[in-house]
Amino acid sequence: MGGGGVSTRIEPFDQRHPSPTPPHQGEGLKGLKPGHWRPGARWAREAQPHSFILRSGEGALVTARRDGNRNLLAATCPAARALGLERGMPLAKARILVSGLDVRPADPQGDAAWLARLGLFAARRWTPRAALSGADGLWLDLTGVAHLFGGERLMCARILAFCARLGFAARIAVAGTAGAAHALARFGGDPLILCPTGREADALAAMPLAALRLDDETLSRSSRLGIERVGALAAMPRAPLQRRFGPDLLLRLDQALGRAPEPFDPIVPEEPPCVGLSFLEPIATAEAIAQAGGEAVRRLAIVLAESGLGVRRLALACDRVDNITQYVILSTARATRDPVHLHKLLCVKIEKIEPGFGIERLRLVADRVEPLGPQPIAGAMAGDRPAPDLALLIDRLAVRLGARRIHRLTALESDLPERSLARAGPLDAPVGWPRWPRPVRLLSPPEPVDRIMALLPDGAPLRFQWRGRAYRVAAADGPERVYGEWWRHAGERDAVRDYFQVEDEAGARFWLYRSGDGEDPATGDLSWHMHGLFG
Amino acid sequence: MYAATSMARLAALREEVRALERSGLAAAAARSCLAFGIEEVDGRLAGGGLASGLHEAAPAAPSPSDEAAATLFLAALAARFAMAEGKSGQVLWALTRRDLFAPGLAQAGLTPDRLLYAECRDDEEVLAVVEESVRHGSLAAIVGEVGRMAMPAARRLQLAAEEGGTAALMLRRWRRAGADPLEIPSAALTRWRIACAPSAPPYEGSGPQDGIGRARWRVALARQRGGPTYEWLLEAPDAEARLALPARSGDRPDQAQRAA
Repeated sequence: MGGGGVSTRIEPFDQRHPSPTPPHQGEGLKGLKPGHWRPGARWAREAQPHSFILRSGEGALVTARRDGNRNLLAATCPAARALGLERGMPLAKARILVSGLDVRPADPQGDAAWLARLGLFAARRWTPRAALSGADGLWLDLTGVAHLFGGERLMCARILAFCARLGFAARIAVAGTAGAAHALARFGGDPLILCPTGREADALAAMPLAALRLDDETLSRSSRLGIERVGALAAMPRAPLQRRFGPDLLLRLDQALGRAPEPFDPIVPEEPPCVGLSFLEPIATAEAIAQAGGEAVRRLAIVLAESGLGVRRLALACDRVDNITQYVILSTARATRDPVHLHKLLCVKIEKIEPGFGIERLRLVADRVEPLGPQPIAGAMAGDRPAPDLALLIDRLAVRLGARRIHRLTALESDLPERSLARAGPLDAPVGWPRWPRPVRLLSPPEPVDRIMALLPDGAPLRFQWRGRAYRVAAADGPERVYGEWWRHAGERDAVRDYFQVEDEAGARFWLYRSGDGEDPATGDLSWHMHGLFG
Repeated sequence: MYAATSMARLAALREEVRALERSGLAAAAARSCLAFGIEEVDGRLAGGGLASGLHEAAPAAPSPSDEAAATLFLAALAARFAMAEGKSGQVLWALTRRDLFAPGLAQAGLTPDRLLYAECRDDEEVLAVVEESVRHGSLAAIVGEVGRMAMPAARRLQLAAEEGGTAALMLRRWRRAGADPLEIPSAALTRWRIACAPSAPPYEGSGPQDGIGRARWRVALARQRGGPTYEWLLEAPDAEARLALPARSGDRPDQAQRAA
């Protein structure tokens, strides 16, 4: 076999059914044509006692897509196929036939994303030339690749095993042309078919015409003429076919048999922008590393500018003489390719590198990139200094403190003060809080308050003792009642806190709460707590 | 003769330093000052407000509530600096403890869309973060919480803040009772001491359970460069970060009007 095209057909494979259950007895159902069923029809009475109505579909999974006004089955699991459900069948009919069917909406975008990911992996791992083939398959060009994996059969077996680990039931066909491989993978039946070069015509002869990637109209016209198999088509004179069907039918046939060329649109994996510097002498001083880093950043900035990208995360890999690689990773708040800024960030991190006996190679990899168009130059035409960019400062602080330590706070939908905050990114737009009185310092956890004197059920405290000091209340406001969040913890179902804002005789203001509403013991034990301080 | 020349040289140097100081003060005066919007306060401040530079505030006593008041005071100042820069004014808060409560700050005018937090491990890191931020100049104000700040660090910050045209607002914490953080000299433009004061009752003759008025602070200007010290009784900031002088008792709305 010379230049071989491989077609892999991938279909989602339900992990719960490693082996398809044996076909149900009601095989007669397969011949059932859609749309012809009506209650009491003669064929329905004549057939065997019907096991197909309300067959239990426990564990059978199908996905449904919408086609105009109808819901059709988009894919079926092996168990569902064994029950006689096929893709393209109306969902309503499938539900009549099988009860308890697990129906989920089809997700073509998600499938396409998975297929693209798999194609990218194939292009990186198995062959430099891989392409998408329809919505459910991949082409892999095995020319000059198969021997690296121990031959075509072994390689295909490994790919099948890989797909099975991911949870996909895949079928592979290897053939001399892309069209033949496509047809064999989808209509060949076996999970692995190797077709010797030059024997495509024999292998395809028994296939239905649908294997040739023809549109529906051509298929229906050819079936009206009685052409059902590829072999029959290949044996017919070409001129009348050309006249009747146009060029498409013959082109597809020729492509499958290797008589016409077929374009191949390979997936090109994107490598992250990267620059490398090798040194004649190993470098070890911080100044030398900083200088080399500056050079690398300048080169990287040119690469990034050419491809219109900006860095969000940058990795500096230093290969040491003793074959150990040291990494420094820094991230930016916003995509940038400013070499001066990136160099400044890098210089802060250089002290984290242990050069050992010296570094002989530096690699700078833009790990995560984002599209970044041309940036306007900050103009000084008006004479006044333009305001510096906040994102640059955030990057520098993030390098100094750690990226998690610089943040904003935004509101969460919770009445409990300690749960009403969430972190947000430093350049995100946060949401504010409702205007209930809230202290500026919050004690966490709340501290117990004793020797409290307060009227039940809803009186503010008149005096209390906190941190060993007694306070007399001069003015108070409240209560503000906060209920427990029963949807988070079962224990909070009845819990209630009554918050009071109190001011002592010296003007100090406190935020106290009493757990419980003062009447129902289920809501709390009436203990008092200090939760915050107002200014 | 040697002595005479050295004396002359010393005099010349002194004159030079004085000229430098004058130009510095003149430059500070020329820069836009942020006014409190209260005549009694702005009139006492050199330049009619707070210039961009280092400002310090400390609780008057080592009590948690005075510290909360000082925090809120600085939050209001920072919010005013940010509002003066328009919609995009941003504030960075460098903190070492996690007890700051953002909804409370938002009620003093420092809304979450204006406020960035930098969590630092210790005082040195706070000072480094504040210095780097004021030098960068992209923020309207930076608030830092420190326990210890020596004179050289304060001078560095003050120079950096003047260069960057940004206000560095430092909250000086009490590290132990009896060690007033404002006793140590500092290069700050102004130093404030904040204490809680009893508020006025919400209406005439209201009892302790009848609600609570706007909080009041005893705000002492402990030191300012180029001006005298002073002390006011001020009301806590509202949602627009405006402090206020308490209305004199004669000017207060009476109970009948309130009820109506």
